[in-house]
Parts: sequence; structure tokens; C-alpha cells
Amino acid sequence: MQGVEGFIYPNEVELQWSILIVLYPYLTGIVAGAFILASLERVFNVAAVKPTYRLALLTALAFLIVAPLPLQAHLGHPERSWEMYVTPHKESAMAMFGFVYLWYLMVVLVLEIWFDYRKELVLTCRASTGLKRHFYGLLTLWSDDISAEALRLDDKIGRAVTVIGIPSAFMLHGYVGFIFGSVKANPWWSTPLMPIVFLFSAMVSGIATVMLLYMVISRMRRTKIDMPCLDTVARYLYYVFLIDFSLEMLDLIHRLYVADESLMALDFMVKTRLFVSQILLQIIIGTLVPLTLLSSVQLMRWTEAARKRIYATAGGLTLIGIFSMRWNVVIGGQLFSKSFLGYTTYKMDFATREGLLPALLFMILPFLILLVLVKILPPWTDGHTKAGELLH
Amino acid sequence: MSQDRREFLKDSGRWILLTGAATLAWDFVVHGQPEQAPNYNVTGHWWGMTIDIDKCIGCGNCVRACKAENDVPMTDAAFRTWVERYTIFPDDPEHPIAESPNGGFDGFASLEQHGDAAKIFFVPKLCNHCSHSPCVQVCPVGATFDSPDGVVLVDKSRCLGCRYCVQACPYGCRYIDPRTETVDKCTLCYHRITKGQTTACCETCPTAARMLVDLKNPKDPIHEFMRTHKVHVLKPQMATGAKVFYNALDGAVR
Repeated sequence: MQGVEGFIYPNEVELQWSILIVLYPYLTGIVAGAFILASLERVFNVAAVKPTYRLALLTALAFLIVAPLPLQAHLGHPERSWEMYVTPHKESAMAMFGFVYLWYLMVVLVLEIWFDYRKELVLTCRASTGLKRHFYGLLTLWSDDISAEALRLDDKIGRAVTVIGIPSAFMLHGYVGFIFGSVKANPWWSTPLMPIVFLFSAMVSGIATVMLLYMVISRMRRTKIDMPCLDTVARYLYYVFLIDFSLEMLDLIHRLYVADESLMALDFMVKTRLFVSQILLQIIIGTLVPLTLLSSVQLMRWTEAARKRIYATAGGLTLIGIFSMRWNVVIGGQLFSKSFLGYTTYKMDFATREGLLPALLFMILPFLILLVLVKILPPWTDGHTKAGELLH
Repeated sequence: MSQDRREFLKDSGRWILLTGAATLAWDFVVHGQPEQAPNYNVTGHWWGMTIDIDKCIGCGNCVRACKAENDVPMTDAAFRTWVERYTIFPDDPEHPIAESPNGGFDGFASLEQHGDAAKIFFVPKLCNHCSHSPCVQVCPVGATFDSPDGVVLVDKSRCLGCRYCVQACPYGCRYIDPRTETVDKCTLCYHRITKGQTTACCETCPTAARMLVDLKNPKDPIHEFMRTHKVHVLKPQMATGAKVFYNALDGAVR
């Protein structure tokens, strides 16, 4: 049979989870990571990262809105997905997705953003006329008390929401890892480390995304990059990346050393079908190179311009590396037979429901949503006009 | 009560041809509601299957009968049951050669070239109707469920087509039916066994290698079979409570 090597069970010829399911942990990872970066400022008082605080929150929201779309597009019967809310099967890890998602979207992100922006929303509403006034009036939920006392309360609640938000962000992405990690039939997935690895890789991808966005947007707005902020964000990226890489290597070394019956199949796969995406893209280009670049900043003195270039390169490569990691988990976990006696191939379509084209659209969509969000809720402290410039 | 000759002959024929129990259930069965038949008690059975490897000749009758009986797509990637052939050389037992061309639907080509150099045998496979099914556990909407008589079934009108169950099954027993975009699998011919018949695969097996068994029926030969044979289930390390019991299953089978 074409694309099949050795023996696979007859029903295993077709891969069940496509590139759209690769996007799911990738997008939710960026959400969780961006939120955790935002909470650094809010809860842990890391003042240096303040310029990225609101941008990180809006990035998290933009990606969170898109996160369920590839899942929905992948379903054989998307019109039935609401049944997961009304008649969830409580033993199913996947059944809880809707609830975890809604909790995170409504209770954490939307609430935190609303409390943080409420003052600006009220001021913008008061300063506008016509439709815009009504629109911002709606966003304030007609709560226009911006007395010092009310704002103090806003801040207090916002902080409380963030405190709840951190474990929620951990839950959101740890949970995604659990969906894979709990499949005992699949040795490539089945490890209790999976939620932890997903969590740290989520933080890596989220921090890298916000770091890159901050640099790109600053350039577009022709504003000066706050270097202490960028250096701090990059330093956090470096630390978290080190932990993430250590965990992934621990997983790999554990597999190699334990060498159970699945190892032969997995070993073969890493050396052949997954060589490019795992060894080259994920480990070398997507992890070792950016880690080396980021550590060079910690060890040596570079000029500001050089540091910016290093951060941009490291950030871009990191995002490629984390995407490859998601790919290797989701696609890699389906390339070998559960008989451990053979392998199949993933044939990606282009313009089909689960092809490359919709995947690319789902990747572009969060950035378009972010563009709209920064227009409505400008994250910059220096007035609203700059946000307008971005779009015009 | 008036009864014409035609009805009299029909009724008499039914009584003669069918057993008393089946006759009672007849009306429910033809209306597609066997579970409501007064003589089929869903809690009174616990279905499974025994497969005697030494008896299987790899003819593929079971695969063909299953596809025909259950309207399984006629592709080479959708099977409710299939047959594998293992070839194991005594000096390399860790690397068996397994094959299942078209699921064994067309039988198997001869392997005479190996002579006596290899151990060759067939392994029919189907859903193990596990009592702790990973597929049932993961279904987000409960579309896959355990029936009270120990059969794992799918409600196609609820299935989302998320395919998590396909990933969760350690035995590769599930596929997506391209016509309905929902998951499909062996039902142990539930429409037949609730009428007192056996499954299509067991019915057509020429050597009685496959036997439908009711573990709750004290008179079922399964109890004698389990006592007198060295039986094994597939992948026991998965602890799924598999209810397809194999006699003479080689350790190399995956």
C-alpha cells in the first residue's frame, strides 16, 4: 500500500488528526504563554515588562478566539459540537474542553481586560459622539463610575482575576497536554510529562509571540523599543525555554534508556519520517540555535541593535521550533502503527476542509483579530492616535 | 377469534420453524426493537467471543460476511473485523512478519516458499468489547457507550466525528465511515445476537474458529473452553477488560 511501510492495522491507513489539530495546541499555547507573561507584571510586579502587559492580554484574547475554530472545522459533525456543553460525558478529557475554554475566555481574559480598560472605555465613550459613543457605552456595560475609589476597586478585582488566571492558564494548556498524555494506547503520547511539557512550551511560544509582536508593532508605530522591557522579556523566554528543553530531553532520554517495546518504532520514526521536523526543525533550529542566541546575550555584551536582531531571530526560530514540536506530537503520534510493526505517511491536502489552506487562514486570523482589538482597545499608554496610525 | 387459512398457516409455520422464545420476540424484532422483546433481557447476558487460532484457516469468510451484513464501506481502510497472517522465524521471534492484505477479505496468497522454516498462523481481529473501554471513556458526548449486555456500541446520531475514540483504541478497531462522517466499529452483530442468532462472522466461519459467547449463561460452552484452554487476550497490559479470548495466541501477536 502506498505510503505504508511494514504492517499497520487496516483501519490505521488514514491519519485521524490533521494539521488542524496541530494548530489547536499551538494556538492555545500562545494564549496561555501570553497570559502568563502579562501576569508577571500584574501579580509579580515585574515593572520592566509593563509595556507588553496589555499587548500580551490582547494577543491572548485574539488567539483564544481562534483556538476552537480548527477543532470545529475538523469535526465530522461540527453542528453537534454544542452537545459537549449540554450533555458532556464527564469521564472524557475532551468533554471538558468547552468548559475550560469558556472559563478562561469569559472569567479570566475578558474580565481582566474589561477591568483594566474600564477607565479608558468610559473616557472614550464620554469623548465620542454617535455610533462610536453607543459602541463604547456598550463596552463599558453602562458602568461609568471612574472615581478614584471605583478605579481602586477595579485594580483590586483585576489583580484577583489575574491570580485566578495563572492557574487557569496552566489548566488550559496543561489540559491540552492531558488530552494527549492520557491516551494509553499511544506510547508517543502517553506520559504524565505531557501536560508539563505542553505548559512550558506554551509559555515559550506565548512569550516569543508577544516579544516579536512588541518589536514589530514598535517598528510600525515608529516608537522606540523599551530595551529594559525587551531584555527582561527575552530573559524570561530564555529561562522558560531552558526548563522546557530540559523536560523534553528528560522525556527523550527516559524513552531511550527504558527502551520498551515501542522504542524500536519510535526510534525508526525519529531517524526517518520525523527527522526533518524533529531533529532539524524542533531540536536544532527551533531550540538549540535560539537557546544559544539567548544565552549569548546573558554571557556577552551586545549593542542594542545586535540584541534586537538576536531577539528577533531567536523569537522567530522559537516559534518554528514550538510549531514543529506540536507537529511531532500530533502527526508523529499517528505515523506508527499501534502494532509497532509498521508506519504510515501523512498526506496533507491543500484546499480541503482539513488542508494547508484553512490551516494558514487560521494562523493569519488571530493577527487580524489583534489588529481590530488594538484599534478598539489601544494598548499603548501614549494616547489613542498612535493606534489609529497603525491601521492607516 | 376469526382466523383465515393464510394466517393459520403463517402462525403455524412460525411456531414450527422458530423456537418458542424467538417467536415471542418476533414482532419486536421485525419492528427493530429487539431490546423491548419480552424474552431478551439486556441484563441477562454478557457477550464476548472466543477465537481459536489453531482452527483459523484464513479464508476471509468472516471479513466478507461482516462487510455484507453490516454495510461496511468496501474500501481497504474500513473493517469491523479483519484477519492477519503472522510469519515468525524461530531464530527471530521478536520480528514477526504480519500482513493483512485488504483485511483478509480476499483470503491470503500461499506462502509455500517458507516450507517448514517458519511458523505461520492467522489471527482474526475485531472489537474486543472491553469492559473498561478506553474508547467509551474518551468520547466527549457519550456517543460511544457500553450496553448493559457488554457490547460497545456507537450512537451515530450523536457522534461528533472528533476521532478521539479512534486514537484511544489500542487495537485499531475503529474507522470513520466516509458516508456519515461518524465513527463505526463492530457491534458484535447486535441486531442478530438480540434475536438469538450468532454474529455474521461466527455464522460463516467454516471451522468454528470464532464462537460468540455469553459469559452470563451458565450453560454456555465458554466456561468449559476457558477451563480447558490456555486463553489470552490481546495487549493485556492495556488492562481494558477485553472480552475476545484467544486460544493458542502467540506472544508475538500485537
